[in-house]
Amino acid sequence: MRRLGPGLLLALIAGFAFLYLPIVALIAYSFNASRLVTVWGGFSTRWYHALLDNQPLLDAAWLSIRLALVSATLATCLGTLAALALARYGRFRGRTLFSAMVVAPLVMPEVITGLSLLLLFVAADVERGFWTVTIAHATLGLGFACIVVQARLVGFERSLEEAAQDLGATPLVTFATVTLPLIWPSVAAAWMLAFTLSLDDLVIASFTSGPGATTLPMRLYSAVRLGVSPEINAACTIMIAAVAVAVIASSLLLKRQRLAAG
Amino acid sequence: MSRSAGAARRVLVAIPYLWLGLFFLLPFAIVLRMALSDAATALPPYAPHFEGPGQLGAFLAALDLENLQLLFADALYWQSYLTSLRIAALTTLSALMIGYPLAYAMAAAPRRWQGLLVLLVILPFWTSFLIRVYAWAGILRPDGLLDAALMGLGLTSEPLRLLNTEAAVLIGMVYSYLPFMVLPLYATLQKLDPSLLEAAADLGATPAAAFRTVTLPLSLPGILAGAALVFIPAIGEFVIPDLLGGPETGMIGKVLWTEFFSNRDWPLASAVAIVLLLVLVLPLALLQRWQMARAGRAGDGP
Repeated sequence: MRRLGPGLLLALIAGFAFLYLPIVALIAYSFNASRLVTVWGGFSTRWYHALLDNQPLLDAAWLSIRLALVSATLATCLGTLAALALARYGRFRGRTLFSAMVVAPLVMPEVITGLSLLLLFVAADVERGFWTVTIAHATLGLGFACIVVQARLVGFERSLEEAAQDLGATPLVTFATVTLPLIWPSVAAAWMLAFTLSLDDLVIASFTSGPGATTLPMRLYSAVRLGVSPEINAACTIMIAAVAVAVIASSLLLKRQRLAAG
Repeated sequence: MSRSAGAARRVLVAIPYLWLGLFFLLPFAIVLRMALSDAATALPPYAPHFEGPGQLGAFLAALDLENLQLLFADALYWQSYLTSLRIAALTTLSALMIGYPLAYAMAAAPRRWQGLLVLLVILPFWTSFLIRVYAWAGILRPDGLLDAALMGLGLTSEPLRLLNTEAAVLIGMVYSYLPFMVLPLYATLQKLDPSLLEAAADLGATPAAAFRTVTLPLSLPGILAGAALVFIPAIGEFVIPDLLGGPETGMIGKVLWTEFFSNRDWPLASAVAIVLLLVLVLPLALLQRWQMARAGRAGDGP
């Protein structure tokens, strides 16, 4: 009944062509010897060499990576707690408000989240920089992490947890020895999602950052606004390659885990 | 449940609850207060400042609705809201038109491909959003890839000049938000029981009729979820109209950004944010209900 006919195959190919066209174009340009976009000046890695001398960009990249590591870890811990609360604890007082606060940041326009957090930091008279952006990104990532972990919690047998509790395990022991090992892949996926969200964010970081804490997207944004720069293409290609390797590695890892689990 | 378990529960809920209250809810109260303040050439650039409980009366008296009135009096502002709503609606509709066949084809593909296909939809999402939008600028420029291809094929004789138009913004928006539409659609279509379609065919329905009366109604939850996930963030989008749009595509996210960073009018930027939030309340409430229903179905428990 449901077969992949020629029409559907075309939809599939056209859809993926649309999704990958800009990425392929970008990678191709990064190896273009010519500075002009339309002229193919031959294969060259000159923009990658130029990138290595661009110290501000490298500093920004390093800052973004550290920031993403810390904020993703925070977001995953908080998001897993929130997911447990929503998936396991049924009705508790303030549940509606709680779930609204978890879901809202997922779709809240970044300009609003950024502005509101900045005003909080100003009102609290906190010096803005690394930690204010970290808090902002952790808040953003929390909702995403929660959704990912919640989906997994909902899908697995609760009888295992109940058995552990019947055998006298405390909730903490049950979580550490039964729940966490079972939801581990989704916790890892949540962390990766929070990590890339943080690495990618321009708007919220622009609002909540201070002098001396310029993230990679902020640096890229100011470069991009000045016009096309092949160096940026090279930087982007490296980022895309890193992400592709990470995603492929993690999916292979998950597959092996699943095979090992039988 | 034992008392220690109850205490553990409370602590577990309290940690993320407090975090969200402090870093999500409280900031909105501050934005609201700021929206009622006046701009000032001070640091931070607004008045009045809250000096302590003693001055509460004077502090409240200095707040007014001036900024909100300005938003409705000045065409620049309310037109940006309308532009944003229009572009977000067009984006949602286009993403549905492109996303539905794609999701349908993914669900119809052989099982062993499906995991890979989902990964392929998610993969662009893992690469920098800013970079993908910037790549579109390179494609849509007057001397860019699209014009070169079209002129090379002899389809057009001169550059289309798409960059810095509303069409460019729309392309960028549909592109960026497409995965948010495809994934929930795929999730509902994939769960659809093929025997229902067989039953419809056995009863004499043409494939088109079976699609209209069986597939489409059953995929409605996916359509609604996808539409909410695209529409709501699209309204406040900043990066895409900024990099691909022109002066006439003044979307509200860009107006907010300009008021804040260029004009340094924090109170007015806050007022823009408050009104934007009011615009979003209805779609947000719908999304929240959908999310609750999903979580509820999945099992509430003791």
